[in-house]
Amino acid sequence: MTETGHSAGGSAGLFDEVRAREIIGGLAGLQGATLPILHALQEEFGYVDQRAVPLIAEALNLSRAEIHGCVSFYHDFRSAPAGRHVLKICRAEACQAMGVEKLVERIELTHRLGVGGVSPDGGLSIESVYCLGNCALSPAALLDGEPVGRLDAKAIDDIITQHTGARA
Amino acid sequence: MSARIFVPGDSAAISVGANKVADAIRMEAARRGVAVEIVRNGSRGMLWLEPLVEVETPAGRVAYGPVTPGDVASLFDARFIEGGAHALALGKTEDLDWMKRQQRLTFARCGVIDPVSIADYRAHGGFAGLEKAARMMPAEIVAEVTASGLRGRGGAGFPTGIKWKTVLGAEADQKYIVCNADEGDSGTFADRMLMEGDPFTLIEGMAIAGLAVGATKGFVYIRSEYPHAFRVMEKAIAEARRAGSLGADVAGSGKAFDMEARLGAGAYICGEETSLLDSLEGKRGQVRAKPPLPALKGLFGKPTVINNVLSFAATPWILAHGANAYADYGLGRSKGTQPFQLAGNIRRGGLVELAFGVTIRALVEDFGGGSRTGRPVRAVQVGGPLGAYFPDHLLDTPLGYEEMLAVKGMLGHGGVVVFDDTVDLARQARFAMQFCAIESCGKCTPCRIGSTRGVETIDKIIAGTERAKNRAVLDDLCQVMTDGSLCALGGLTPIPVVSALTHFPEDFEKPGGLRLAAE
Repeated sequence: MTETGHSAGGSAGLFDEVRAREIIGGLAGLQGATLPILHALQEEFGYVDQRAVPLIAEALNLSRAEIHGCVSFYHDFRSAPAGRHVLKICRAEACQAMGVEKLVERIELTHRLGVGGVSPDGGLSIESVYCLGNCALSPAALLDGEPVGRLDAKAIDDIITQHTGARA
Repeated sequence: MSARIFVPGDSAAISVGANKVADAIRMEAARRGVAVEIVRNGSRGMLWLEPLVEVETPAGRVAYGPVTPGDVASLFDARFIEGGAHALALGKTEDLDWMKRQQRLTFARCGVIDPVSIADYRAHGGFAGLEKAARMMPAEIVAEVTASGLRGRGGAGFPTGIKWKTVLGAEADQKYIVCNADEGDSGTFADRMLMEGDPFTLIEGMAIAGLAVGATKGFVYIRSEYPHAFRVMEKAIAEARRAGSLGADVAGSGKAFDMEARLGAGAYICGEETSLLDSLEGKRGQVRAKPPLPALKGLFGKPTVINNVLSFAATPWILAHGANAYADYGLGRSKGTQPFQLAGNIRRGGLVELAFGVTIRALVEDFGGGSRTGRPVRAVQVGGPLGAYFPDHLLDTPLGYEEMLAVKGMLGHGGVVVFDDTVDLARQARFAMQFCAIESCGKCTPCRIGSTRGVETIDKIIAGTERAKNRAVLDDLCQVMTDGSLCALGGLTPIPVVSALTHFPEDFEKPGGLRLAAE
């Protein structure tokens, strides 16, 4: 049970209406299908394209406003493609107790990357999350869905060097 | 016969290299021509020892840890497969002090078995509770759970049996069982560990609830921050269906119960039960006003049992061993055991299941060994982001629902997060308000607006701007949020804030002008 995670961003965010319809059609029969559909679309394309909203609304017999409301309500759903790699850093209390805010400062001041944004070369998205359930080995993160524990400055530097900059 | 080696597949263990260790063992065994079977078990809960590798010997399981890939060759040299001596050898797992001193009922199998092997689960007493329930009348099952004194492990502490009784008594063509596996209180990881390490216990508990109230369909709503747990649960549900523990005839009862796992989408508020129901229905996860109770009008408007992971997971043991045996554990009206989670700045962090009544200090000092940095422990937050920060003089408080309320805290999910003396409680109080502002569903004003005003007001206090006036504003705001919020997020956010103000006032009185780091 070591399959890799799903949260790596899609390659170029190429939206494909036919493929989107296929995904939506395959899941529309579920009870409360909105979230499973949004997850599946994001997994396929790396984000939820605006153009998918009317397709979902039509399939589920809901208004576009209701679907748009869902996409914008949940932190997980992106409206634009993520970087090629995604680092989710936990900033909740147990990670704070082990200095995660110092690491965030390092990302922002030393590496000049925004938490909540994508690196200029599109290599790495860095997102804040609030608890990954790895609180005894904090600070914790997920890199492309794979857990990383006892994060320190060196680990942060390595991740950033590896996934941004000249290395495409 | 090949040697059985256990390398946890728990995501905390993976986060410190368990997959690499498993690969290294596999390669080294192949290189030496040694036959091994590697089982990816859950974690035993001794997280500071992860990756904790165990081997099965005639004398019992012997543990080595923390193991790195670089240690693997020397472990083979030391004949660790037979339990040989090595610098990382810890002795028999069961004899370790940390394990021996616990009372593991819910977590008895976690870390012991292969998480998705039905055969392994059965061999360790699994499904005994469900099989018993399959031969009982629904009202008898409910009575057993009620008699055990089990209370909701999510924090509110509502008696589980009473909730089930309400659903049993409701007339409807369809009823649901919903497991709240989105109570992502920071500092807690028992749900995740159980779903990854012993998912059948949760499935069994939900099936028991289904038989008890006449529900045929269940959902487990898992937070998306636990992707690994979600995958294990999906696999376990498929296995349980194949074994007939889920499906048209649950455990030979002649009754149907099936379930699905659903993934949340990063909204903390969906750990609130009515938000979760709206989210499951495919809507924004906004809080519903109560009444009507979910027990009468829950998922899709139907009577619904909604409990959290640890509540459901306690019921197989209760059914198998009897309500009285469970109620013998505990303190006062807090019956049974609680899986406590030691986290944050702590030397030996992990999961400790014990009867209610253990003190915070016993957990932090005896089990946890104090802070990881070696500095003095200054504050301990109990019960997640909505729990109180306790100073040293309150650490002798026993952990129980009423006992926590008496010191203006709450037990929550049993998370215990330790901070050393570098913590700034004004900053922690600000974070509590900020977190509420980020995660508020927006439905009620005290929570939506109050939390943002709370951040601003604490910023002014920290900056030294009209401190007395702003302190009065903050006190008032906390009162309004407590009394006027629709759910526990806005209603309990003042708990960490007020505890910080009460127990650590000096942090709010430092010379002004020291601005917080930009946020």
